[in-house]
Amino acid sequence: MQSKISPKGLTRRELLSRATAAGATFVIGSGFLAAPNAAWAVETTVIKPETFATLVQMARDIYPHDKVGDEFYVIAVKGYDTAEAADAIEAGIFALNAAAQGKGHANYLAVGWERDRVDILRGMEDSAFFQQIRGGLVTGLYNQKAVWPIFGYEGASFELGGYIDRGFNDINWL
Amino acid sequence: MTAPFELTDDSVVVVIGTGAGGGVLANELAQKGISVVALEAGGRYLPEDYVNDEWESFGQLAWTDARTTSGNWRVAKDFSGLPAWIVKAVGGTTTHWAGASLRIQDHEFKAKTTYGDVQGANLLDWPIDPRELDDYYTKAENKLGVTRTGDRPGLPGSNNYKVFEKGALALGYKEVHTGRMAIVSDENGDRTMCQQTGFCFQGCKWGAKWSAAYTDIPEGEATGNLEVREKAHVSRILHNEAGKVTGVEYFDKDGNLHMQKARVVCIAGNSFESPRMLLNSASSMFPDGLANSSGQVGRNYMRHMTGSVYATFDKPVRMWRGTTMAGIIQDEARHDPSRGFVGGYELETLSLGLPFMAAFLDPGGWGREFASALDSYENMAGMWIVGEDMPQETNRVTLNHDVTDQWGLPVANVHFDDHPNDIAMRAHAYKQGMAVYEAVGATRVLPTPPYPSTHNLGTNRMSENPRDGVVNKWGQTHDIANLYVSDGSQFTTGASENPTLTIVALAIRQADHLAKEMSQGNI
Repeated sequence: MQSKISPKGLTRRELLSRATAAGATFVIGSGFLAAPNAAWAVETTVIKPETFATLVQMARDIYPHDKVGDEFYVIAVKGYDTAEAADAIEAGIFALNAAAQGKGHANYLAVGWERDRVDILRGMEDSAFFQQIRGGLVTGLYNQKAVWPIFGYEGASFELGGYIDRGFNDINWL
Repeated sequence: MTAPFELTDDSVVVVIGTGAGGGVLANELAQKGISVVALEAGGRYLPEDYVNDEWESFGQLAWTDARTTSGNWRVAKDFSGLPAWIVKAVGGTTTHWAGASLRIQDHEFKAKTTYGDVQGANLLDWPIDPRELDDYYTKAENKLGVTRTGDRPGLPGSNNYKVFEKGALALGYKEVHTGRMAIVSDENGDRTMCQQTGFCFQGCKWGAKWSAAYTDIPEGEATGNLEVREKAHVSRILHNEAGKVTGVEYFDKDGNLHMQKARVVCIAGNSFESPRMLLNSASSMFPDGLANSSGQVGRNYMRHMTGSVYATFDKPVRMWRGTTMAGIIQDEARHDPSRGFVGGYELETLSLGLPFMAAFLDPGGWGREFASALDSYENMAGMWIVGEDMPQETNRVTLNHDVTDQWGLPVANVHFDDHPNDIAMRAHAYKQGMAVYEAVGATRVLPTPPYPSTHNLGTNRMSENPRDGVVNKWGQTHDIANLYVSDGSQFTTGASENPTLTIVALAIRQADHLAKEMSQGNI
């Protein structure tokens, strides 16, 4: 997956001077999004930055892991920022915002509580758009090797000689 | 060295598929001096090629050619194009299997007699007396190097096993141990000792787990009597006017069609591809497909009653460390209708890595209930349920003429409805599995739906009477004397045990039978 995330891509001062808040993510000028703490930034090429920020929030609400940073969700959905995928994503996020507006919110990102956003998502979970995003996240999020340590998963062990001398039977609390 | 045989050589035995059935049969025949051409649809991958990464390995090994599904089983909803998780490679699904090697119990060979008439079930006794198989089971255990058989010790217990064992003993279960596994447990085996690496499903990089890919296949090739043709996809089995098979047509990797002549053809392409080949071989003489005068080809598809139970605890388990399947509870494998169902089930520990856990824990699930379970992945223990499911005539593999594969051949549609007995057994097994973990202080239990099937059985079943099945007690088709079935599709019933050991035992026995019949000129 192609990603243009650049850690520390912008200084905090630049961010704050250029950004408009979109949920927990800043949309910076044309095509740039960044974390408020400047831990990461991403450039979108086709999708509107506001759309992408909404997509990232939607991804987190589908598989909410409080210990997993936004950058992993960004990587998981960055693949939709292509000419082929963009129209469907823009349309899907438009529908998502419309659903939020139907419940009295300005848009999806303006909904403060997760339970209220989930309520909106439940209303569209049978849609092709929702299922595309959810299905893509199963591999897009959980198959990122960088995300595994957050869950304690150690990945490949052959190169390390397996676990025969590294704790395959080290449980001590039973 | 590998013997190359001519396409026109009609003295060879053609074996289709090189897994637990075909791979073993091909080697056993080659050891007896019989010329064998084995046609394998997949490529050849050896331990150095295997990858300790679930999705990457899946892309390397899994059979992902098009298939379709129907029926009320949850797999048809969750994995509509992937009814089975099996392998397309030299060695077949012996690359992927966990290694559990259990003998079918005596009463399970007599399912009809033992269980009586079960409404909606097409039960039948196997046409084999269990005592006829004893020596072959022993040969199979020695070939595979099965722990807790012969003088082979059991494997040591992993973290996942220790949690499971403690819960099992707390519930009063007695038959609890680290399993009879085709995984080398000491320094005395022919293969490397298990290094508790995990990733058994992705191919054992140590070669500690038995797989035909690096045992029987090269042993057979070393005799000079076995030629394995990789990436050779059989499309059709051919016959003459006398109704005897004469050879097979197959596509090579470039899509060129060849015909290999044969004296005998043995089909071992797993319970989807084997009936599919027979059905795709329909001719004016056999309009319903080869060996199908009974109409039973493709029917009675069984996949074992399965499911999983995962549980989270307040402290780490790290279930992925060590063998994928690390232990077993056998107490529920008995037949005891007082539980509300016939037949029994085994509980076997299982672990999945984070990527596959995300895919299989609750397919389609999302939101905080799902995500918070994965948050506890490190503190998770898990087991798999494998029980006897009922053969049903309507559970079947048919040709789907609306969908074709890369060779233009109609694909297999797999139809499966759970039988009420399967549902009752699964409910019981979930309850017991959850109780095992609750007895050790589980903070949450997760009854997990069945994965795509790895145990695919029964679609060319053995029967005493030719009206009831496709093959006789030797795997020889009732209709065509020189056409055999050599894989799990010949199982009359599924029993509660993982099927590989029985497939291997039947293949060794079939090789003895074939050698005798060929030397006597009967085939």
